[in-house]
Amino acid sequence: MNPVNYLYLAALLFTIGAAGVLIRRNAIVVFMCVELMLNACNLAFVTFARMHGNLDGQIIAFFTMVVAAAEVVIGLAIILTIFRSRHSASVDDASLLKL
Amino acid sequence: MENLIGLLVLVPLLGAGVLLCGGRRLDRAGHWIGTLVAALSFVIGAVLFAGLLGRAADDRELDVTVFSWVPVGGFHADAGFQLDQLSVTFVLLITGVGSLIHLYSVGYMAHDERRRRFFGYLNLFLAAMLLLVLADNYLLLYVGWEGVGLASYLLIGFWQHKPSAATAAKKAFLVNRVGDVGLSIAVMLMFTTFGTFAFGPVLDHADRAGEGRLTAIGLMLLLAACGKSAQVPLQSWLGDAMEGPTPVSALIHAATMVTAGVYLITRSAAIFDAAPVAQAAVVAVGAVTLLFGAIVGCAKDDIKKALAGSTMSQIGYMVLAAGLGPLGYVFAIMHLVTHGFFKAGLFLGAGSVMHGMNDEVDMRRYGGLRKYMPVTFVTFGLGYLAIIGFPGLSGFFSKDKIIEAAFAKGGTEGWILGGAALLGAAITAYYMTRVMVLTFFGEERWRPAPSPDEPSAEPAAAAHEGAMPHPHESPKVMTIPMIVLAAGSVLAGGLFSIDDAFVRWLSPVTGHEEGNSPVGALTVTAATMVVMVLGVALAWFQYGRRPVPVTPPRGSLLTRAARRDLLQDDINHIVLVRGGDHLVRGLARVDHGLVDGAVNGTAAAVGGASARLRRLQNGFARSYAVSMFGGTAVLIAATLLMRAV
Amino acid sequence: MTSTGEAVQFWVLAVVAVLGALATVLMRKAVHSALSLAGTMIVLAVFYLANGAYFLGIVQIVVYTGAVMMLFLFVVMLVGVTAADSLKETIRGQRLLAGLCVLGFGVLLGAGIANASLHRFDGLGQANAGGNVQGLAALIFTKYVFAFEITGALLITAAVGAMVLTHRERTERAATQRELAEARVRGGKQLPPLPAPGVYARHNAVDVPALLPDGTPAELSVNQTLRARGQVRDVSAEALADLAALEQRSEDRLERKGKKR
Repeated sequence: MNPVNYLYLAALLFTIGAAGVLIRRNAIVVFMCVELMLNACNLAFVTFARMHGNLDGQIIAFFTMVVAAAEVVIGLAIILTIFRSRHSASVDDASLLKL
Repeated sequence: MENLIGLLVLVPLLGAGVLLCGGRRLDRAGHWIGTLVAALSFVIGAVLFAGLLGRAADDRELDVTVFSWVPVGGFHADAGFQLDQLSVTFVLLITGVGSLIHLYSVGYMAHDERRRRFFGYLNLFLAAMLLLVLADNYLLLYVGWEGVGLASYLLIGFWQHKPSAATAAKKAFLVNRVGDVGLSIAVMLMFTTFGTFAFGPVLDHADRAGEGRLTAIGLMLLLAACGKSAQVPLQSWLGDAMEGPTPVSALIHAATMVTAGVYLITRSAAIFDAAPVAQAAVVAVGAVTLLFGAIVGCAKDDIKKALAGSTMSQIGYMVLAAGLGPLGYVFAIMHLVTHGFFKAGLFLGAGSVMHGMNDEVDMRRYGGLRKYMPVTFVTFGLGYLAIIGFPGLSGFFSKDKIIEAAFAKGGTEGWILGGAALLGAAITAYYMTRVMVLTFFGEERWRPAPSPDEPSAEPAAAAHEGAMPHPHESPKVMTIPMIVLAAGSVLAGGLFSIDDAFVRWLSPVTGHEEGNSPVGALTVTAATMVVMVLGVALAWFQYGRRPVPVTPPRGSLLTRAARRDLLQDDINHIVLVRGGDHLVRGLARVDHGLVDGAVNGTAAAVGGASARLRRLQNGFARSYAVSMFGGTAVLIAATLLMRAV
Repeated sequence: MTSTGEAVQFWVLAVVAVLGALATVLMRKAVHSALSLAGTMIVLAVFYLANGAYFLGIVQIVVYTGAVMMLFLFVVMLVGVTAADSLKETIRGQRLLAGLCVLGFGVLLGAGIANASLHRFDGLGQANAGGNVQGLAALIFTKYVFAFEITGALLITAAVGAMVLTHRERTERAATQRELAEARVRGGKQLPPLPAPGVYARHNAVDVPALLPDGTPAELSVNQTLRARGQVRDVSAEALADLAALEQRSEDRLERKGKKR
């Protein structure tokens, strides 16, 4: 098997995650889809690391995880705050950013 | 002695500054300060004159450079004064007659609460006029020129509470601006042609420039002179300027303002001599104006307006003479000086009459005043004799010389000009006699007419009775200047003509040549006498022998036209106001349609596009995410394409 | 090329991962989405291990699946576990545009990967020779030390930020017990304890309301949840009927005919 298949899988997962971000309205699910996209990227990085025979790709994936963790903490805090004030976790309800 | 020249301008300017900035503290002494300042400048002028007299005839020019005014690269203009025979003549006229008018104003404006300000303006007028005649370059002359315009505006509109005075001031200012534009263009042309403004280089090298250039400069200078000297076609402001206090009229008509145009033409003699077309235009303007003013003067019942027409006519004589070239420059200035005396005297006399008649200006309501105002009568009468050219008085010498010079021009031109000048002399005699007779002779029409056969006139008469004037002689402070001026009117011409003194005095500056008149000098004098007597006789028969109706008769077409200043305002209205209106309306239409259309169209297009584009901003984060994602896709596509290519 | 075992593993688990991803997107309940995502992440962890990233594989399971996804679940529970999303689109054209973009993006990514010259395949044998964790550590603390330090700062900031965001400042004093009692009296609420249900011995069950003196059931005596579900057993009529039947039977047995009725 050619390891390029890992890359195709990463692309597929990334695309599915993107579709979820665009389609779902529940902020938490949208967030999960973002996590899915990040994971797809990590998979691609790990595969690249293996292809090139060095560990830099894994380091990047590691940093991505750390950043994703921080992002999750902040993102979920924001979702909670919005939910508290608006009693809704729908991203469409927070649509004040318009004329 | 050079320092005195600067002082000459500075003294009245300081006087004006002190009077205008001094506030009410100076109210009680302001008029005397103003008069003293004028007298002081006259003394300075006299000292300078004496100094010049003491020099040789070809060494009578003093140049003072006061400071470097505009030194910018190749452009260099100095503020400097030049005193020569021509300017010192003007200086003496301006300060001399000006001082007398100041003195007269002390009495005339005695009851005006803004008298201090009036004297401040008078001093400013003197200062500007002195700057004008003393400048040694055209740029500084322009400053004086504008200063005169400003001072005349302030003085004509001095009784600004009267709408007519405010309007007249505005009119004088606007018409003068037209002339000023001419002067500014002339100055610019001079700079591009000669690279300097100074009189010396410009006039010495005038013949080196092309004739076309010189003609343009000359015509522009003529336009400027027309504005200040109230010559056709820019004459319309002069009649309305009578709205100002009478001393102002005297100052404008005799000593300052209107003489500026003659000075400008005479000063620029070298340019006009080298540009025959411009010179011919000067002559034409002079001839037309002298008849125009004379005709207008015949029809006016307002004593000051009749005198204003007369001024226009007399300045026309001067411009005509100045247009004759070296034949006439000297006589133009000579007539200017003699005219300064007798016209100032006439205006002050008219003011004195008005002073005694409750400010009534309609001559048809005067009559028989010689008994009540003997001094005014005598001085006015001497001025009258001088202006009509009664032999031996000053007008006789100067005007006669101009008529001679006009004939001496030679050819058809000479006959036409001479004829016009002669005709003008006749009309002058006519209208001045009319003024004289209506004012000082005949019935006392200012008394309420006991006229039972005219019941319609009853209320008017009754109303008039309440304010019936009690004609009286004016105070000494007013009569003394009139007496001095009358003496000047009588003697000046004779003094100037003894041994051709005036000609010898001025000719180093202006040049002079005797023409070959096709008509003998004696013949011309005789003809002048004859037409003068004819004019006087006609007026006497028309107004002296017959009763004068208080309400003016309808009159012939020409009379009615002349009463309307020969339709000058109507023509201006039709040509300028209506034309301007149409032009502006057209421009407004273009502005509304084309410019606004383009601007509004652009705005509407942007607005419409924005309104549609705005729908993209629906506030839903997911929509924005789609845009971002689509953009990313496009970026990737572009990258891949770039790689592939 | 990789081993057959890895190929089989890939094809099996790739299907699972894709299904999990699709389920994450398509499940109506957030809990189900979260669980599907956890599954996909575990599969990815296996792939990391297969690709020689042993440290990352473990971290993926411990940090991601263990910590992050549990955090997600916490939030889902806080926000409301039962709330199911409707999948009906409300923004006009959103789904169409999203579909087009996703399709285009996917095709482009695929084309990009296919076009890239990725035929060399070195393997991590050499890099992992001294141990995967040691190799990573060497890189992190040498080449990427600044990025690492900055990441630390980012994490601390995130922690503080989360506290700031979710912290609610108390703006007034907490009510005392006395104040609460007074408020209850003023509110006109039920002051004494609620009546106990099923006062009859025969119906000693919580879904049977007590009877008021006139024989009608007292709703308050039944648990609130049962009331809301409509599971209150009204026994009053039944009890009367039973009583009547009992009396009948005892009369029959005692043969007291015609004594009553």
